[in-house]
Amino acid sequence: MGEVALESTETTIEIGGMPILIRTDNPEFFEVLIHRYGGFVNAAAKPVFEFDVEIVPPGKITDEEELGLSFAGGRWVLERSDFHAEWNAASGTGMIRQAANPYAIDSAMRIVHSLLLARQGGLLLHAASAVRNGRAFLFAGVSGAGKTTMARLAPPNVTLLTDEISYLRKAAKGYTAFGTPFAGELAKPGENISAPLAAVYLLAKGEENTIEPVSETHAVRGVLESVLFFAKDPELVGHVFESACELVRQVPVLRLTFVPDARVWEMVG
Amino acid sequence: MSPLYIARSKSVAARMLGGEMMIMSARDSTLFDLNDTASAIWQAADGATPLHEIVKRVLCAEFDVAPEAALQDTEEFVKELSTHGILLVSEEPIPQVTK
Repeated sequence: MGEVALESTETTIEIGGMPILIRTDNPEFFEVLIHRYGGFVNAAAKPVFEFDVEIVPPGKITDEEELGLSFAGGRWVLERSDFHAEWNAASGTGMIRQAANPYAIDSAMRIVHSLLLARQGGLLLHAASAVRNGRAFLFAGVSGAGKTTMARLAPPNVTLLTDEISYLRKAAKGYTAFGTPFAGELAKPGENISAPLAAVYLLAKGEENTIEPVSETHAVRGVLESVLFFAKDPELVGHVFESACELVRQVPVLRLTFVPDARVWEMVG
Repeated sequence: MSPLYIARSKSVAARMLGGEMMIMSARDSTLFDLNDTASAIWQAADGATPLHEIVKRVLCAEFDVAPEAALQDTEEFVKELSTHGILLVSEEPIPQVTK
């Protein structure tokens, strides 16, 4: 009996209009991918990035307890105790060594997207976002400020883009918000749709529902505090900073103080 | 006492917003808001002009403050910013440091 060749399987996951091809020879992991990114799989899309995923048994892979990201000689390296990823930004190719679960690939996807977006004037933010009447609204705030609460309280005519990681790209005019599969406490991926961003709300829980303007510096600080970005590269940090300033210049940023019940949505959209 | 020279670090991003200079450190992503006098010093930090000249030209002329007290306060301020890596401070002129 001859050797059985391992068949490589691949799929393309398109988030924010940026298709990333994932190739693996592990059928179990392939099923994990399809299940995890279901609504975002677009096999017909032309990838801007390709990852080969090598599946290893669960356990410690590297000595890095914390997530570590470094860049040298054109190569990014991303490591945590349970995975090792590296890629070449210029060639758009990379590899990930991990166990057959969605956690490592999820971390890698978030960081690769944040780096791709940084050069295009876009932002990945720790924020909930949703679409109502064809316009997108983003809800940013520190942990406990109410992102998941806002998502949970959304009425039926609101489509949730995400309760955890919001995806913004610069458009010809303003910004476009995209749905993402990155879920928080709701444990439910967002819808794979997009809409023009109408407002950014900096969340705070309070005793009444109010919407107030904030100064430009408060707005930029509020946005930057929510930005998902790990690189210490001065050029990329500069891009992210400029993107936050540009977002504040183009989109209203407001302080939304709210009582955590459904009435808050009467003020949005 | 040797004059001090100050220059803006290359490892920061900065923008004037609503009359305040906002600066972000690439080293640790820390954000700094500078008020109008601090913003004026930041903008004058060209690596070539001695600090006492900046104080005299920018602060004393524009903000009507006494030179000696202003210089002392400014020295403390620039040393504070240098500890965060967003401003370079030297007893020699600092070449080619502006973006």
